[in-house]
Amino acid sequence: MAKLENNLKNFFLSMFLITAIVGAVLGGVYVLTEEPIAQAAAAKQEAAIKAVAPKFDSVGEAVVKTTENGEPAKIFPVMLAGEEVGKAVQVTTKKGFGGKVEVMFGFDMNNTITGYNVLMLNETPGLGSKMPDWFQLGGKSPVIGKNPGVDNLTVTKDGGSVDAITAATISSRAFCDAIAQAYGLIK
Amino acid sequence: MTKLEILINGLVKENPTFVLLLGMCPTLGTTSSAINGMSMGLATMAVLICSNFVISALRNLIPDKVHIPCYIVVIAAFVTVVQLVLQAYAPAIYETLGLFIPLIVVNCIVLGRAESFAAKNTPGDSAMDGIGIGLGFTIALTLIGAVREILGTGMIFGVKLYPEEFGALTFVLAPGAFITLGFLVAVFNKVLKK
Repeated sequence: MAKLENNLKNFFLSMFLITAIVGAVLGGVYVLTEEPIAQAAAAKQEAAIKAVAPKFDSVGEAVVKTTENGEPAKIFPVMLAGEEVGKAVQVTTKKGFGGKVEVMFGFDMNNTITGYNVLMLNETPGLGSKMPDWFQLGGKSPVIGKNPGVDNLTVTKDGGSVDAITAATISSRAFCDAIAQAYGLIK
Repeated sequence: MTKLEILINGLVKENPTFVLLLGMCPTLGTTSSAINGMSMGLATMAVLICSNFVISALRNLIPDKVHIPCYIVVIAAFVTVVQLVLQAYAPAIYETLGLFIPLIVVNCIVLGRAESFAAKNTPGDSAMDGIGIGLGFTIALTLIGAVREILGTGMIFGVKLYPEEFGALTFVLAPGAFITLGFLVAVFNKVLKK
């Protein structure tokens, strides 16, 4: 078949057909993937709550709030046998070295940190990217079991009690900021 | 050229990373570990094969003067499909690659192959070219990622080879990407010239 000539009618025809078909295909793929994407997000959220919160059997209705830094946050009350035993708080801070850091924290009823799970992280690999392990129990500077209302949970350089990740003070500050934001919502 | 020659051409003679030096942005940006480099390579390969095939099939239906916008629409469509599919079925990979997935649209390898190969050859050959170039890109990115991961963190695909403390962190950071790429290009061309 010969190539279509360069004239306005053909420009219009070929571009219209291509964009129309592409539009239809994309719409179809979107509809097909919409549910799995929502499921993946929900599964991730549930796994994160399970990893951080005190032992629970059901998760209450999420409360959406805005933290001091103006970012949206979610609070999930967790219940055991119908009684609230703690909260999972999902916060975002933009103070990371690579921008946004999203963390889910678990708190018991005394506001003691029961766990954390880093949901989104763009920190430098090998440095700030150690955040998911560094502050866990068995990590270099655990924050689990500490209470932001009692302990000064900022990095040692800022006068606090948290040892910063080696060569990643900014990432560590972001993490401490996330704790402060989360605690600010529930205290 | 036979199909096999087209494949070898993309892998070796016109290797997009080591010979043509195309697509340097994702090459340097996503290769902080072997698995990241490989996922980026595979995602690009998927787009490349589909876009090469479709553009080649449509090549006579697209008037010359509007070929760039038409090609870009086709490429962008496949990138969006890859993005949605990754988000749905491989959320972990989707999160590590992040911004680099939509950026495949403007990856010069994809448009470059559409212009220089798919616009002149049959759909079958063009798909083969997509596989060859895509594999060449994937292998190159995996190699760079592997070197950076081994020297930087002492791991390969997340498996520990030696204690992390002995790693040279530079290799995980941006300068390491340039150094690794430079040495690999030199080695590749030295071997190729023989």
